[in-house]
Amino acid sequence: MSPSDPAVPDEPLIEATGIVKRFPGVLALDDVSFDLRPGEAHALVGENGAGKSTLLKVLTGVYRPDAGSLRVCGEPAAFSGPMDAQNAGVQAIHQEIGLVPLMSVARNLLLGREPRTRLGLLDMRALHRRAAELLEPYGVRVDVRRPLRSFGVGTQQMVALARAVSVDARVVVMDEPTSSLEPREVETLFGVIDRLRAQGIAVVYVSHRMDELFRVCDRVTVLRDGRLVHTGALADLDRLRLVSLMLGRDAAEVRAHGLTKFSGDHERADDAPVLEARGLTRRHQLHGVSVTVRPGEVVGLGGLLGSGRSETAKAIAGALPTDGGTVVIAGTELRRPTTARSTRAGVALLPEDRKAEGIVPTLSIRDNIALAALPALSRAGLVSEARIDRIVETFMTRLRIKASSVQQRVGELSGGNQQKVLLARWLATGPKVLLLDEPTRGIDVGAKAEVQTLIDELAQEGLGVLLISSDLEELVEGSDRVVVLRDGAVAGELTGDQVTEQGVMAAIATAPATPPTTEPAAGPGAGEGPARPAEDAPSPGED
Amino acid sequence: MSQATAAPARPALDRSRALAWLQDYGVYLAVALLLLFNALFTPHFLEVGNFRTQLVQVAPIVIVSLGMALVIGTEGVDLSVGSVMSLAAAVSVLYLGYGVAPALLMALVAGAFSGVVGGSLVAFVGVQPIVATLALLVGLRGLANVLVPQLKEFRDPALLSLGSDAVLGVPYVVLVAAVVVAVVGFLMRRTTFGRRLVAIGGNRRAAELSGLPVRRVLVTVYALSGVLAAVAGVLATARLQAADPTSLGLFMELSAITAVVVGGTPLTGGRVRVAGTVMGALLMQLLTSTLTKHDLPSSWNQMAQAAIILVAVYAARERTTR
Repeated sequence: MSPSDPAVPDEPLIEATGIVKRFPGVLALDDVSFDLRPGEAHALVGENGAGKSTLLKVLTGVYRPDAGSLRVCGEPAAFSGPMDAQNAGVQAIHQEIGLVPLMSVARNLLLGREPRTRLGLLDMRALHRRAAELLEPYGVRVDVRRPLRSFGVGTQQMVALARAVSVDARVVVMDEPTSSLEPREVETLFGVIDRLRAQGIAVVYVSHRMDELFRVCDRVTVLRDGRLVHTGALADLDRLRLVSLMLGRDAAEVRAHGLTKFSGDHERADDAPVLEARGLTRRHQLHGVSVTVRPGEVVGLGGLLGSGRSETAKAIAGALPTDGGTVVIAGTELRRPTTARSTRAGVALLPEDRKAEGIVPTLSIRDNIALAALPALSRAGLVSEARIDRIVETFMTRLRIKASSVQQRVGELSGGNQQKVLLARWLATGPKVLLLDEPTRGIDVGAKAEVQTLIDELAQEGLGVLLISSDLEELVEGSDRVVVLRDGAVAGELTGDQVTEQGVMAAIATAPATPPTTEPAAGPGAGEGPARPAEDAPSPGED
Repeated sequence: MSQATAAPARPALDRSRALAWLQDYGVYLAVALLLLFNALFTPHFLEVGNFRTQLVQVAPIVIVSLGMALVIGTEGVDLSVGSVMSLAAAVSVLYLGYGVAPALLMALVAGAFSGVVGGSLVAFVGVQPIVATLALLVGLRGLANVLVPQLKEFRDPALLSLGSDAVLGVPYVVLVAAVVVAVVGFLMRRTTFGRRLVAIGGNRRAAELSGLPVRRVLVTVYALSGVLAAVAGVLATARLQAADPTSLGLFMELSAITAVVVGGTPLTGGRVRVAGTVMGALLMQLLTSTLTKHDLPSSWNQMAQAAIILVAVYAARERTTR
């Protein structure tokens, strides 16, 4: 499937040769070459720390390479900054989207080239019309006058993409573009990519999702430890070969263990539940959600983006105020839950947004790990360095966190290692319940496998795990039971043999779109649908 | 294994490394250079009496700056410190009739209370620190003026002694500052409070989700800043031998922020440098005294201070944007 390789004179749009980039203590790119032809979708893959992000930043002008040459359309180029690269037609759609959240969607789309009236003032009407036109092909139907931040990540990303394309980009760099999109949005994105390619625009596509790579890309470049491992047509590789190139492991080994690292079913203890959430309700977001998790059990929380998965986890952890519902941890009800109280009760929440809600970038790995467990690691407010050292060392080893030292700042680590640090932070508190919100999103294949193995082990050790994942494969293989949410209510529960990808999708799709969440001021008790065991009555923790 | 990996990356990074070094240790270097210069070229500089004067002058700034450093560490700022000083001065002379100890206690309580108000506005109401403490900056100065409308002298021997006497040649004022440095250093290094403070400054949402008592820590930090400002206010009053609510502590917030920034604490929070802050205060003090002693106009001093602040901010900026 290489529809865009018709002729010879395909002069590369970008040609990077022998790129070297160093950081303190790391050789991030070691003699890496990369080329990009018009109209191709080029996959860039590798584990965390392989050098993908660095290479992207060199291509988009964020970093200047220490050695090597960069040519754009045959001309030597030395970008002095991202603006320079953008002027040359290289646009990046970043994982962390570089837009202005407080400005309206329309302003964001046309930032810096707003239509003016004859007096030189902003022509708001033209602005809004033009913005709506630009968004149209992306399947995003929103009020462009509202601030960008009031929309979901998926929408924001589409806005970023629409903006990039509308400024005459010749090269579009997409870093994990689908990581926060719903399946429907993903389809739209793929359609957009096809259209870009037809216009001769080249796409650099970075993703950890194999399906997408094979679906979208013509060629692939594999990096490992800062070096170029492989470049070639993707059609010549199969999944396992690609994974083994990335990991530097033997394909047969990968085959033997499957692609996810879950061992399968855990012994379902018939103990009393360690987590019992009943009738969680929050205006517009949750309508009587109930979930129970027993010790040693991994319960998946399935559903589309915006179905209330993260909100459920946050409500349980006391991080989101609720209008009703109760949370019982190991037999004790959490009254007026706050994060401090739930932490003490043994709840650990690994948040979805690692950067914004997880790591403290200014602190060292050591201080980050010790953060939540401080009460246990101190006496009368005085910190015990020895105890911290012990616990940090334990988890550095157990989770195989790769860093130059425990004093390294967390902000400097790769995504996978940051995630492990956060896991370590929670495990150090000795939790009873782990709420994992997208624990493997945006981390590389190797770290992903490690995290999955760890989840398994923890469950075997008797923790109750609530696993949220948009990755159906992960959800199904990792969970003993799956509770499916739709529009903030429980849409179904799958156990035993029912736990399959088809089963989850069916649960999401069936009961055709019950009246969505449009009863505006319904308040507590608005939960309809199959699961409504909570009578909302016993909630003394309300104000 | 850190040494092994740290070695190879050399050439291209020298600049950003140099700037990081400058942010961390530049203030020490600058103080050392100024000391050296003065030792060589300023007559009478090396005499004990001169050192004593310098330290007495810088002590209140050091005390206030440390409180400011804590607040800045939480990604906040406390503009009210100068006014808290004047309020403490007013309160202390008002209660002097009950004895020195109750008077000082009331002054510190007033400082703590101001801090709790500011901290609560920030932590519970969600007012931005700069706005919340700006309101206090204006309001507390007014309150102090109401309590003590004009310069009010006092003759209490104990309070006078606090301002002018010394033990073993070390003035009380300097001693108090030294104790404050030690206490704040201890807080930041050894206590859960210190760890939580920098975590909140580094990423408040993450700190919240990790179950930290964010609001309590924030209120405590502002209260501490208020108490320290009150301490400085009392010391300054003791030295002046009069309470002067109208002008005591004017622009103190700016001196304190300067000391903190020059000392290498980033305004973006998540980091508190105690020794650096002390050095920052010393640097500004030495600079002023050096220029004065060499008969340069004070406008030179202001411009030199501006230059130092710019260098400090530049070094900090390089690090955060790297």
